[in-house]
Amino acid sequence: MATLNVLVAVCLAYVAVLFLVAFVAERAAARGRGWLGGPWVYTLSLSIYCTAWTFYGAVGYAARSGLEYLTIYLGPTLVFVGWWWLLRKLVRIGRAQRVTSIADLISSRFGKSNMLAVGVTILSVIAATPYIALQLQSVTLSFEVFARADGGAAASSAPASTAFWVAVGLAVFTVLFGTRNLDANERHHGVVMAIAVEAVVKLCALLAVGVFVIWGVAGGVGDVMTRIDASEIGHWQMDGGRWATLTFLSAAALLCLPRMFQVMVVENDEERHLRTASWAFPLYLMLMSLFVVPIAVVGLDLMPAGTNPDLFVLTVPLSQGQDGLAMLSFIGGFSSATSMVIVAAIALSTMVSNHIVMPIWLKLTGGGAIVSGDVRHVVLMARRVSIAGVVFLGYLYYQLSGGGAALAAIGLISFAGVAQVLPALVGGIFWRGATRAGALAGLTVGFAVWLYTMFLPSFGQGVILPAAVMQEGLFGLDWLRPRALFGIDGLDPLVHAVIWSVGLNTLVFLAVSLASFPSPLERLQGAQFINVFQHSQSPGGGFGGTAEAEDLLIMSQRILGAREAQALFHAEAARQGIEGYLPDPTPEFLQVLERELSGSVGAATAHAMVGQIVGGTTVSVEDLMAVADETAQMMEYSSKLEAQSRELSRTARQLREANEKLTRLSVQKDAFLSQISHELRTPMTSIRSFSEILREGGLERPERHKYASIIHGEAIRLTRLLDDLLDLSVLEDGQVSLNIRRARLADLLDQAEAAAGAASGGTGLEIRRDGPVDQVWITTDPDRLSQVFINLISNARKYCDAAGPRLTINVTQAGERLMIDFVDNGSGIPPDAQDLVFEKFSRIGDQKAGGAGLGLAICREIMARLGGSVSYLPGQGGAAFRVILPLHQAMAAQ
Amino acid sequence: MSRPGNALFLERRTYRRRRLVDAARFLPILGAVLWSVPLLWSSDGAETVPTSRAILYVFGVWCFLIVAAFLLSTRLRSDPPEEPVERP
Amino acid sequence: MGKHVLVIEDEPNIIEAISFILSRDGWRVDTHSNGHDAVETVHAKAPDLVILDVMLPGKSGYDILRELRADAQTQALPVLMLTARGQNKDREMAEKMGASQFMTKPFSNADVLACVRALVGAG
Repeated sequence: MATLNVLVAVCLAYVAVLFLVAFVAERAAARGRGWLGGPWVYTLSLSIYCTAWTFYGAVGYAARSGLEYLTIYLGPTLVFVGWWWLLRKLVRIGRAQRVTSIADLISSRFGKSNMLAVGVTILSVIAATPYIALQLQSVTLSFEVFARADGGAAASSAPASTAFWVAVGLAVFTVLFGTRNLDANERHHGVVMAIAVEAVVKLCALLAVGVFVIWGVAGGVGDVMTRIDASEIGHWQMDGGRWATLTFLSAAALLCLPRMFQVMVVENDEERHLRTASWAFPLYLMLMSLFVVPIAVVGLDLMPAGTNPDLFVLTVPLSQGQDGLAMLSFIGGFSSATSMVIVAAIALSTMVSNHIVMPIWLKLTGGGAIVSGDVRHVVLMARRVSIAGVVFLGYLYYQLSGGGAALAAIGLISFAGVAQVLPALVGGIFWRGATRAGALAGLTVGFAVWLYTMFLPSFGQGVILPAAVMQEGLFGLDWLRPRALFGIDGLDPLVHAVIWSVGLNTLVFLAVSLASFPSPLERLQGAQFINVFQHSQSPGGGFGGTAEAEDLLIMSQRILGAREAQALFHAEAARQGIEGYLPDPTPEFLQVLERELSGSVGAATAHAMVGQIVGGTTVSVEDLMAVADETAQMMEYSSKLEAQSRELSRTARQLREANEKLTRLSVQKDAFLSQISHELRTPMTSIRSFSEILREGGLERPERHKYASIIHGEAIRLTRLLDDLLDLSVLEDGQVSLNIRRARLADLLDQAEAAAGAASGGTGLEIRRDGPVDQVWITTDPDRLSQVFINLISNARKYCDAAGPRLTINVTQAGERLMIDFVDNGSGIPPDAQDLVFEKFSRIGDQKAGGAGLGLAICREIMARLGGSVSYLPGQGGAAFRVILPLHQAMAAQ
Repeated sequence: MSRPGNALFLERRTYRRRRLVDAARFLPILGAVLWSVPLLWSSDGAETVPTSRAILYVFGVWCFLIVAAFLLSTRLRSDPPEEPVERP
Repeated sequence: MGKHVLVIEDEPNIIEAISFILSRDGWRVDTHSNGHDAVETVHAKAPDLVILDVMLPGKSGYDILRELRADAQTQALPVLMLTARGQNKDREMAEKMGASQFMTKPFSNADVLACVRALVGAG
């Protein structure tokens, strides 16, 4: 009894030390990290991969199947050595998305689907249950060994109660340290530290037993090698399928086991720790498996036939009287078991409480106005209950399965179960096309096949699956036999189950993903996951109050534009009585902000974005920035497109206008040419005709003189026409060079009167002037201006049909302009012709005045060049033309 | 004055780093291949490989992988942690 | 002799020229210089031939011609059209309207005379 009591005492003392370590680490972490967050602690914490299954089971495994046990460590070694491929990305995503568990990761990737999270959680709990049972079993068995050595009195009643008390103890320890506080990042520094210590203890224990076996029992390395080759496992006898399948399975399990995900990703303090772990963890694994075969072989040699090889690590030292070493070994095994159960319980309880308990609780309570303290309390309770539940499930499985099966077999069942997550996990972080429906379908199919071919048969024939089903298949269908699906017989049961479950899982996942369509949130998350290295730098800590406001401001600036966002925030801050741009994120303000943002990005997105920042949950600010940037780019792009299409339509309109103008011009040109032709041919006709008459001779002198005069007159008319045309074309082309000078208006009018009088032979037109004509000086081209005046005066002289023709020149200054009106007392121009007088070749009435009809057209062009205008002034009693000159060229004389 | 030389140096560093990353990517594949070699050994008959030899082989490969991973991780450590080499 | 020609033309110098040519050849020449009452003048004077300008103040030569052709009395009256716009479409227009002959200004005196003789001889 003494030994057993000592054993219990040592156990309790060891647990007390662990408590102390965890407590100190917890306190140290609260003060600041220091040595706690180092890569070594990280690497050692990974050692929970090596559970009691490794510590005890590996030796038993080796004793039964030779080197096959190595596969369990080769897979993880490959994954860690190849960290650059997968682990690096996994850890980065975990940190960038603030992932709390593997279920959270999967759900987060596939559009935050809680259904997926629930699926992964259930799968994980079911898969972990045998594994926890395994740990309980190993502790119980090791107790039994000591009890038997002690005398065997208490042995018969011990197992069940031992397992029970161990389970209770583990649950209490886990609750105490796993749920002491609610860290936003789900980190547990105390627990991690305790696990690191346990990792050292179990490695030392196993190495010590190995060293004792090789140099204490056998005669050194050479002797052990000889013994190995001489033993029943002395030859390489390996099923290649199992070797490959198990290597794959262990690699998959490392990635998918909730507890491994917990220490590898969630508890990861810094990404660079992974780099150290990439070689240090394989080294740890190698050391753990180094002495397994020697211990197994020596155990087979030493122990009587029928001894459980799973316990050689304990029984060999005991048989050699090495009680101290046996005690150390026991502590090592105890460490392995407890660390696994603790971390698994923490990881699973996080998943259960986050994805199952909390959603249900929120639904039951209506999810309405909850004081934050309440939620905290509820979450902690949910965690604690979940931990107890998970450990209890393990105990239940242990009781159900009767502790019969070999340790290794149970571990592999668990591995194959969690491996069902692998397709969704790997597909999710490398393939954008992976969808929620695909993940869900794959997971369901894989889970179902695994349950049917592996998990349920593991209880033994007749416990859950009746023997008939095992032999003849479900419903008597032969192709549904759990060990030979679709009639494919002869495979190793493990290989069979893994190939079918993972294979069908992957196939369904791919097929359904290809056939289904992801939701926008899924696509967004998919992009975040797959391009995690482009989006995120290593993210920092959590958000404080002002950090929230600042993050909101930064995000809003990207969406609303800097000025609008700042104005919005400034106004709100002022309303709250805060200086600056960072108001408290009150619910009212968040509502306002959401409304503002939804104008730019849509209501759902705005809600999600604000919710993510304020809730501080799974999407990091950097990722939101990435989304905002994408949105901004999209908006910029679409506004660019809009601008382009506006420009296009503008160009099209311009082209259309240009085309219309060209068409109009072409019509005008035809008309103009036709007019020119007419105006040229008419005098030419007279000239030619009379030239022929004169050439024929035989005319009287007066006739000859008359006809020669006609020819002369028509020639002059032609010349004048050509001059006018030339003048007009120069004016219209804008090539005319103006000779700007200062001139007195009165002088110009005098010159014009004289010229017009001379040209028309001086018929009696009375000209009056009105207004301040004499005082006005103007800066203009005097020659051009008087050309206009001459034209107007001679028009009056030609067309004024009054008996006593009179022209009044009226000068007025109106605002910025100088106006000169030429009004005669004739009958004027009929209204329907008034807007035609300035057109080329237009002649009013049937009066022949010898002009080609270009005079007023030329006047109009000249006035346009001089910055003024000439127009017909109706309603003045006679023909009236108004010349307007800009005043900035017209200066009043002193 | 040392601008061109500096740029050259950086470029060489980047190049070296890329090759290191290539090596880091290649290492697990090499490991998987090496550990698949035992599949070729005959499992029955007289010509079977002794377990001691198998242990030496498997653990030899293991040690090689650990040393290689160690060397790669120290080399990769000496470079800046954030790198633009994600898209080869 | 003593055949009667009516010249409808608005350019005094051209009227003068045509009158001179035709008078010298023994034609009796009447002139009219606008489009408004040209048709009435034709009816009043009842010439053997009309020389008609296209561009007339008041009413175009084409309109006058159409009216003449629409009237049974002047339906077959020989009309020589003169135009200063020597484009093909003017010639086509004149032919369509039923001009007996079409000439482009400037013309040669001999051509006008020959044309008038031919038209009246034929008519």
